[in-house]
Amino acid sequence: MPEPFSTVTSRVISIPRANIDTDQICPARFLKITDKANLADALFFDWRFTPDGARRVPPSFIDEPHNAGRQIFLVGDNFGSGSSREHAPWALRAWGVRAIFSTSFADIFKGNALKNALLPIVVTPERHAALTALLAADPDGEWTVNLESQKVTLPGGDSFDFEIDLFARTMILAGTDEIGYVLSQLPAIEAWEAAHPARVETREGAAAK
Amino acid sequence: MAERPRTLVEKIWDAHVVSSEPGAPSILAIDLHLVHEVTSPQAFTGLRERGAKVRKPGQTVATADHSIPTTDPSLPITDELARKQLVQIEENCREFGIPFHGKDCPTRGIVHVIGPELGLTQPGMTIVCGDSHTATHGAFGALAFGIGTSEIEMVLATQTLLQRKPKTFRVQIDGRLHPSVGAKDIILALIARIGVGGGTGHVFEFTGDAIRALSMEERMTVCNMSIEGGARAGLVAPDETTFAYLKGRKFAPQGAAWDEAVARWRKLPTEEGATYDKSIVIDGDKLEPMVTYGTNPGMGIGVTGRIPSAADVEPGDREELERALAYMGLEAGKSIAGQKLDVVFIGSCTNGRIEDMRAAASVLKGHHVAPGLRVLVVPGSQQVKKQAETEGLDSVFRAAGAEWRESGCSMCIAMNGDQLEPGQYGISTSNRNFQGRQGKGGRTFLASPLTAAASAITGVVTDPRTVTATPAVEAH
Ligand code: SF4
Repeated sequence: MPEPFSTVTSRVISIPRANIDTDQICPARFLKITDKANLADALFFDWRFTPDGARRVPPSFIDEPHNAGRQIFLVGDNFGSGSSREHAPWALRAWGVRAIFSTSFADIFKGNALKNALLPIVVTPERHAALTALLAADPDGEWTVNLESQKVTLPGGDSFDFEIDLFARTMILAGTDEIGYVLSQLPAIEAWEAAHPARVETREGAAAK
Repeated sequence: MAERPRTLVEKIWDAHVVSSEPGAPSILAIDLHLVHEVTSPQAFTGLRERGAKVRKPGQTVATADHSIPTTDPSLPITDELARKQLVQIEENCREFGIPFHGKDCPTRGIVHVIGPELGLTQPGMTIVCGDSHTATHGAFGALAFGIGTSEIEMVLATQTLLQRKPKTFRVQIDGRLHPSVGAKDIILALIARIGVGGGTGHVFEFTGDAIRALSMEERMTVCNMSIEGGARAGLVAPDETTFAYLKGRKFAPQGAAWDEAVARWRKLPTEEGATYDKSIVIDGDKLEPMVTYGTNPGMGIGVTGRIPSAADVEPGDREELERALAYMGLEAGKSIAGQKLDVVFIGSCTNGRIEDMRAAASVLKGHHVAPGLRVLVVPGSQQVKKQAETEGLDSVFRAAGAEWRESGCSMCIAMNGDQLEPGQYGISTSNRNFQGRQGKGGRTFLASPLTAAASAITGVVTDPRTVTATPAVEAH
């Protein structure tokens, strides 16, 4: 069951690339796991290791010691494109990431991230450029993302508001389980089903109504 | 009272909203839930932890496709993790009462191939699967989209999803295609035009004469790659082609129920005067066979084109282009045709259906693949495999020096041992050319079955219009 989450304060990692797809975030061969554990190592695996499995020299940004423990990413446009694998947000969360800033996120990734209390924060291209410049000038400054007040506070005290799906926000702040929420509305679902017979019956022999 | 004219998508949406509270996403009823071995295990674990059942096992169906080997099925599976995943899907289905089209089942195959093939996919439905290419089923005029594992658990437990109404994006393809230009070229051309994020937040509705003229299988190819343009779903309104495809299929309605269903389906198409949030018109007459040169599906050009250089793209895209060309080991300004290949892959949920097999065979018949080239032909399902063998296509492939395999996702995702080696070049009829997608360090050119087969003969990227096709089978 999810835990309530509201605020993260952390240094930031910049990944100035557009269209980072889920095959980069978590390569397909890590999809053979049947649980969610140990995916921290899979994060950006092919960027960190050569095809024969050796750690790249110099190491990828993600393995640079000063980036260890950073919980906020600033990334390029259309982050998370590609597959529906929730392994991508799982790997990001397992590595420690709690919030990602971009000008846009792929739809399925965004939904998956919110379900895992990983905040996809959409900013305008202008704001993105300003944040990139700020990070270049102050690479070790700490940013605070507050989901409750929907506010980002930058080093030096500047702050700005961000938008996020309000329903997801409520769920994340309270740590509410969405399936529990829907199951609490079972009578409405059953009423709908009573009025709309199933269109298909996948079990052989059991005829569709 | 006159109602506002609605689009196909709006009609399906409206017909499935169970409840919507202000501020919250709607609860959307799901008609059909497709399940495969890779994205579902953690959802079943979640169900078990909450002591829940699968609410509607009769609206759920599972198969094994991603990590299953495409080699001799009697051999043991040597990849321990893959083997465990395949055992687990079977156990999960047994425990929760879900029909499973497993390893030895003649109806097994890639989830997006078997849904339509079995007649499970029908117009007007809401269909979901833990797989982004669920968009494929939109070819029937169904609202079909990929979901994550948390949502799989939601659908298993409730047969609904929390959703916000998507925006609509009309993609109109006018005119008539050249005979060597097909569905794959349409979708690659669209994505090259709008970019891989162009459809984000929207669902496509494909319209226009060139779309109407497509067969169901070709429509599936187009809809399949909607996600590569950023759209979660892509739909084609149902018509006589749709009904003719479905009639008599195993799980399609029969008898009086069929007539009733067709009458219902005829009311689905978008009404005159309905509006879309976005739209684009593409002239089908002008389309060429397409090939990608880069590391996302939007990096595509006509097969007679040249690999772009920095000057050809927006300043903001230059770095990405350079990175892509460095990974691909390609030189800006060179022709894409003539680039050398190590592997040809014909298969996947994009182009692994019987018509794709026929198209590839029509080109390969009477030819031999280039020396040193590895050519894999992987049917999308066991039924496609059987049909192809009945038509003698397997002999055409074998005689040409290609490998004819069992069905599965295979080298589309390289989870089952079929993969490119680091640095190798492959031309592939699948849908993604991301770095490492077809094997660590592998380099992918995406193309149609005709283009891939023509390239198999020459060993380099080849314009299919330069190779004459012969009908692979005398009659079918
Ligand atoms: S064939 Fe490829 S894209 Fe299609 S379901 Fe399998 S892995 Fe996914």
